[in-house]
Amino acid sequence: MAGVTTEPQQVDLREPAGWRRTKNRLATWLMVLSFVLVIVPLGFVLVTVIAKGASSINWSFLTGGPIPAVVAPAGVGGLGPAVLGTIEITAVATIMAVPLGVLAAIYLSEYGGRNWLAAFIGFLADVMTGVPSIIMGLFIFTIWVLHFGLSGFAGSLALGCLMLPIVIRSSYEILRLVPNSLREGSYALGATKSRVTMTVVLPAAIGGIVSGVLLAVARAAGETAPLLFCIGAAETANANVFSGANTALPLQIFSNANQPYVGAAERGWGAALTLIAICFILMIAARLVTARFARYSH
Amino acid sequence: MSTVTRVDPASPAGSTRPLSQRRPLGDRTFQIVALGCGLLVLVILVLIAVTTSQQASSWFSNEGLKIFTNNWNPGANQFGVLAFIYGTAITAIIAVILSVPVSLGIALLLTEVVPYRWSRPIVYVVDLLAVVPSVVWGLWGILVFAPWLQKIYTDIAGGVDGVPVLGPLFGQPVSGASFFTAGIILAFMITPIVTSLSREVIATVPAIDKEGAYALGATRWEMIRGAVWPHSQAGVVGAVLLGLGRAMGETIAVALVIGSSPEITSHLFAPGYNLPAGIANLFGEASGEFRAALMGMGVLLFIITIIINVTARGIVQRNARRKRGA
Repeated sequence: MAGVTTEPQQVDLREPAGWRRTKNRLATWLMVLSFVLVIVPLGFVLVTVIAKGASSINWSFLTGGPIPAVVAPAGVGGLGPAVLGTIEITAVATIMAVPLGVLAAIYLSEYGGRNWLAAFIGFLADVMTGVPSIIMGLFIFTIWVLHFGLSGFAGSLALGCLMLPIVIRSSYEILRLVPNSLREGSYALGATKSRVTMTVVLPAAIGGIVSGVLLAVARAAGETAPLLFCIGAAETANANVFSGANTALPLQIFSNANQPYVGAAERGWGAALTLIAICFILMIAARLVTARFARYSH
Repeated sequence: MSTVTRVDPASPAGSTRPLSQRRPLGDRTFQIVALGCGLLVLVILVLIAVTTSQQASSWFSNEGLKIFTNNWNPGANQFGVLAFIYGTAITAIIAVILSVPVSLGIALLLTEVVPYRWSRPIVYVVDLLAVVPSVVWGLWGILVFAPWLQKIYTDIAGGVDGVPVLGPLFGQPVSGASFFTAGIILAFMITPIVTSLSREVIATVPAIDKEGAYALGATRWEMIRGAVWPHSQAGVVGAVLLGLGRAMGETIAVALVIGSSPEITSHLFAPGYNLPAGIANLFGEASGEFRAALMGMGVLLFIITIIINVTARGIVQRNARRKRGA
């Protein structure tokens, strides 16, 4: 009697054919297409700015002054005052916003834990990142410029308000990644909480924090709206941030952008290239810091 | 029999309080300073609301509900800002409609398709969009993009002329500067944030759900529709709302490309205005009641964006919590 062996049913492991496969392919191609849709305008902007801006960039354009009137032809004067203004205004904003932001992040991650106040502050910081930058300009205009007049410092205050929630958010994310065993180890040696935070947790997270700060600075350096009503429109270099009108690169681009004069457009493109270069250098620096120094990152 | 008195190791002799509660003054000061910095966020937000509302109070009290009319005539001291609100909504909606499919596509590409090694460079490139300053988008928009779009607008307008719904939407352009141009530029600008938020949401989909779908023989697209989408729906709605909030508040790029004309029209190719661009362009020469009106527009914008952000963050956080708990 021959045993009846039933063939085990073959499972078809090949890729499904027909319409299902077509749909799958189509979906994948659409995803790739959406990435291409992002690269095209980005490449278009970068190429245009470099092609049109490179010709006007030279040493006297970057450092010379005074800032010419919009009707002036290209090659007159320079944007030195605006470069100086951007650097000093952003630097002062960073000096104010970074310690406050990092301390706030320390509260959220080290002291807040799971209590409602920390959760509430974290939520507010998230919400504050969504407040339009022009509102920060109106706010500083109201509380500072109306009382003390236009100055670079007013611009720094506005940019500081903008940077604060970004610094809090990014520092908090990094501090949370520091392993608890580090904290427990130093508590076991008898250190107080503030000492643990300052000498163990913060140094462990510093790479990530610096990288987040650099990205926040890049964001702030490119902002125009908060400066619009705060720093005035100086034509000569003003090294004193705390008094007198000042100027900045984004403002120069803005005032030159909407003018029908050839010289204005040239200056606008030159200033745009300078500003993009500053922002990109800051971003690349942030990536390098992350790659080289950050022990914990996403 | 001797009773051993147990000494609590946490409260050494000489102290009535346990060791865990005895903290040096410096330690407590540090905590209070840190808390103060955290509360600064609350203080700033409250101060923004209070001080700008004070500056705008004369506009609110003089005009009352007339602020929501389309009656903008600064020369005659009439400041109805409906046209600005309309422009804010229209441009932001165009931006979201254009940006969301692209952002979702990239987010899915990053999480479900490409290997980790490739996803890093793609993220960098998308983030570059956010690093290009707003004013540079505006400069490029008005000098290069808008003149190029004008030809396309003219062709589209010629093509849909007389068609019932499309005709009134896509009429002949006045110039390249219009609601639609502003919407496209805004779409570029909000794509990075919508992408990164959707990616975070999609990354929380449990691997076991995805593997289950594959085990049932699903293709990748069927897996995305069956396993990824139901899980991330709510979070993606939050991400889209945040993008909407960003688009509403974006100032300088829009100020350059929207055409600066406070009008309510169904023509998307017509020049318009939005709240932030109006404030940015007009504040310099404004004083008295005019300045109060512009401050008031700032207050309206602040209220709108706060409502949108609170809603969106609420959705994102609740979604993240539920997913972690599940």
